[in-house]
Amino acid sequence: MADTKAKKEKIPRHAMPEQDPDIRKRNFLEVPTGYTVEAAMQEAGRCLQCKKPSCVEGCPVQVDIPGFIALIREGDFNGAVRNLWTKNSLPAVCGRVCPQEIQCEGKCIVGKKDDPVAIGNLERFAADYARMNPTGELPPKQKSTGKKVAVVGSGPSGLTVAGDLIVKGHEVTVMEAFHKPGGVLVYGIPEFRLPKEIVFSEVAFLEKLGVKVECNAVVGRTVSLDELFEEGYDAVYIGVGAGLPRFMNIPGENLIGILSANEYLTRANLMKAYLFPEVDTPIPRGKNVVVLGAGNVAMDSARTAMRLGADSVKIVYRRSRDEMPARKAEIHHAEEEGIEMMLLTNPTKYIGNENGRLTGMECLKMELGEPDASGRRRPVPIEGSEFNIDTDLVIVAVGSGANPLLTQTTKDMQLNDWGYIIADPETGKTTKRGVWAGGDIVTGAATVILAMGAGRKAADSIHQYLSWGW
Amino acid sequence: MFKIVKREEMAEGTVVLNEIEAPLIAKKAKPGQFVILKANETGERIPLTMADTDPDKGTITIIYMVVGKSTALFKTLETGDEYQDVIGPLGKPTHMEKVGKVVCVGGGTGIAVLHPITRGLKQAGNQVTSIIGARSKDLLIMEDAMKAASHELHVCTDDGSYGRKGFVTNVLKEILDREKIDLVVGIGPVPMMKFVSAMTKEYGVKTIVSLNPIMVDGTGMCGGCRVTIGGETKFACVDGPEFDGHQVDYDELMNRLQAYCEDEKECYDSFCTMNA
Ligand SMILES: Cc1cc2nc3c(=O)[nH]c(=O)nc-3n(C[C@H](O)[C@H](O)[C@H](O)COP(=O)(O)OP(=O)(O)OC[C@H]3O[C@@H](n4cnc5c(N)ncnc54)[C@H](O)[C@@H]3O)c2cc1C
Ligand SMILES: Cc1cc2nc3c(=O)[nH]c(=O)nc-3n(C[C@H](O)[C@H](O)[C@H](O)COP(=O)(O)OP(=O)(O)OC[C@H]3O[C@@H](n4cnc5c(N)ncnc54)[C@H](O)[C@@H]3O)c2cc1C
Ligand code: SF4
Ligand code: SF4
Ligand code: FES
Repeated sequence: MADTKAKKEKIPRHAMPEQDPDIRKRNFLEVPTGYTVEAAMQEAGRCLQCKKPSCVEGCPVQVDIPGFIALIREGDFNGAVRNLWTKNSLPAVCGRVCPQEIQCEGKCIVGKKDDPVAIGNLERFAADYARMNPTGELPPKQKSTGKKVAVVGSGPSGLTVAGDLIVKGHEVTVMEAFHKPGGVLVYGIPEFRLPKEIVFSEVAFLEKLGVKVECNAVVGRTVSLDELFEEGYDAVYIGVGAGLPRFMNIPGENLIGILSANEYLTRANLMKAYLFPEVDTPIPRGKNVVVLGAGNVAMDSARTAMRLGADSVKIVYRRSRDEMPARKAEIHHAEEEGIEMMLLTNPTKYIGNENGRLTGMECLKMELGEPDASGRRRPVPIEGSEFNIDTDLVIVAVGSGANPLLTQTTKDMQLNDWGYIIADPETGKTTKRGVWAGGDIVTGAATVILAMGAGRKAADSIHQYLSWGW
Repeated sequence: MFKIVKREEMAEGTVVLNEIEAPLIAKKAKPGQFVILKANETGERIPLTMADTDPDKGTITIIYMVVGKSTALFKTLETGDEYQDVIGPLGKPTHMEKVGKVVCVGGGTGIAVLHPITRGLKQAGNQVTSIIGARSKDLLIMEDAMKAASHELHVCTDDGSYGRKGFVTNVLKEILDREKIDLVVGIGPVPMMKFVSAMTKEYGVKTIVSLNPIMVDGTGMCGGCRVTIGGETKFACVDGPEFDGHQVDYDELMNRLQAYCEDEKECYDSFCTMNA
């Protein structure tokens, strides 16, 4: 037993095959190309099948990691996916975008001495296999309850609620403000990291199960929350995300050439503006691009700008490398693609020409001071360290807030000081009867898997309510 | 899918009217609100104000000027054809109340936007005088509708081919000199709104304008539509599109409207200088 364990640890982690950086930095095809069957089975063999798997503790939705990996090792890929689905309805997405290094893989025991088991890559493999080799099998649906549920927002949390409730026999309608469903998965995360076809096939699957998806429905405008109840819905789930762009509020911010990451990525992803003029929506193509911020949104913006033909792309971030919130894999990918990191740097004003177009940005150098409330060392400006950067396109990716469009038209639902909806963390119940909320509109900008986890808990609670009452 | 049930060309084909089936929007819309339309899969999202709505029939009416690729594409849609997406109603409705004497000033396709507001202000019990203008007689739209919506109507053309020769602001000045006006609503090309606001400011008359910055979502999530109002940044799609005319930074708006001019030229042999 000890013998086989030692042998297993010697197999190195199977590297994910990827497009070459010099080629991929100018195209929008997916960067990692996926494991082969052999690679997946071999990588699955590295898992020690722990009795008390610490990896599972690291996963916000407690995926049965040793379980699905054992099925991959045995070659039962459809079984692996069925196992995944019991906890996670979007494994093809999570395998690609979860910050595994701080979640499941960060807790994997193999990672103590060696590289951890590639849980994300395996999850992706199983889900892709099932999508490419469909069995046509649908999950069993309980008999109709005659209850109607409206899900507002078609991001990962809304889709999870829809999927869970439709199989429990309820009638589910998803309402989405945009003309396409998927939330951030479609308008925010770029094609080269998450092909849109995957998201659309997940939505198509839900539709096959009977979920109705209504796009172009801006709840709060086209229809109000209270009107949904008048129309006969028995419960409403709100998963509208944290889509309000934050700006820096420094002089010159309204010059031409300064866009929120939301606008830039929406043009690029949802509107497919990278194909302009084959599609009608334009997108600014900067020569010297600066991206403010260092989260996933910033990395996605920077890598998009590179693919749109920039000569140089810089990430400008006021803290140091250790505090960059993006997934490690994406920081690494960005650097491989030639994106520069200007750390401990903070912009102070934008500079424009006589036509009102951006030409540059003034910045200050920072140094790390005492730890702040978040426990991270606070960046403090170094006096007299002003310097200019030439730039014709700045993308502001310094965070987002709660969009008040829906909440300000729903008077009897309590919000916190930042405008996020107050919901019970265990059930997702809001202070308004019959209304649940979850995902980014409750927690503030977080992750796909947390939004899905919140959706699952709310779906359980909604099901209870529809069966037994509030 | 949103079907066009009626289509008309005006102003020598430079302006087109579409009545579109959109029952949910028709039921909800109020004067001053707009919709975003997308013609087909590869189309752009284009904001247009509703010039009219018929909740019983379930239709909305838009009137647009053909200025670039997307509006040229819209022009190719015939009665019976469909828009892939229509989203709305968006923006805040016009605040309609009885204030007394109101002057409504409209230029170009702004007249289409102004019309339901004029009608609403008259219904609210105001004494409404309207002034509409165009470059020449053939480009003037909705004269009859505006006449019906107001107590008194003045028409101007830049070249004198119809009505009074000159700009709408000339007539506005005469009225302001003659009597005490309680509210002015000015909707048209940005320079027109700028001049109207500058004039009414001198007379201390409250003025409302409707702004048309470039938009993407229309729901407050992109910030592309930001405008400066009294030194503060606002999102026109959710905070507007109507604002206090005396607070608007028009030069910034005119400038920001030029953001994609070069690209749009690539897409369509363009009319970019139109708004300049
Ligand atoms: C660019 C980018 C990259 C990211 N990368 C990662 C990553 O790598 N890994 C990760 O785990 N997380 C990542 N995230 C975060 C993650 O995407 C979000 O935490 C997650 O999508 C939140 O899900 P949600 O369902 O709460 O809302 P969203 O995905 O935001 O979906 C909300 C939906 O509701 C719709 N909506 C809003 N208002 C209304 C209304 N009034 N009526 C109807 N519909 C409405 C919106 O249009 C949207 O489609 C990223 C986010 C961004 C923006
Ligand atoms: C709230 C709102 C209400 C509007 N209502 C009307 C209306 O009732 N009738 C009407 O004729 N026009 C209206 N407009 C303007 C209309 O949206 C633009 O004329 C249209 O988007 C031009 O698209 P295009 O592709 O044909 O032209 P483009 O080639 O894109 O551009 C031509 C010109 O239009 C301007 N423009 C481009 N895109 C936009 C955009 N998304 N929003 C505003 N201007 C833009 C450009 O600055 C340029 O000068 C409104 C705009 C807004 C924001
Ligand atoms: S859902 Fe995310 S955190 Fe959980 S096992 Fe899968 S990749 Fe890891
Ligand atoms: S901790 Fe690592 S080795 Fe153990 S079960 Fe989880 S993935 Fe396998
Ligand atoms: S159009 Fe995007 S915020 Fe107004």
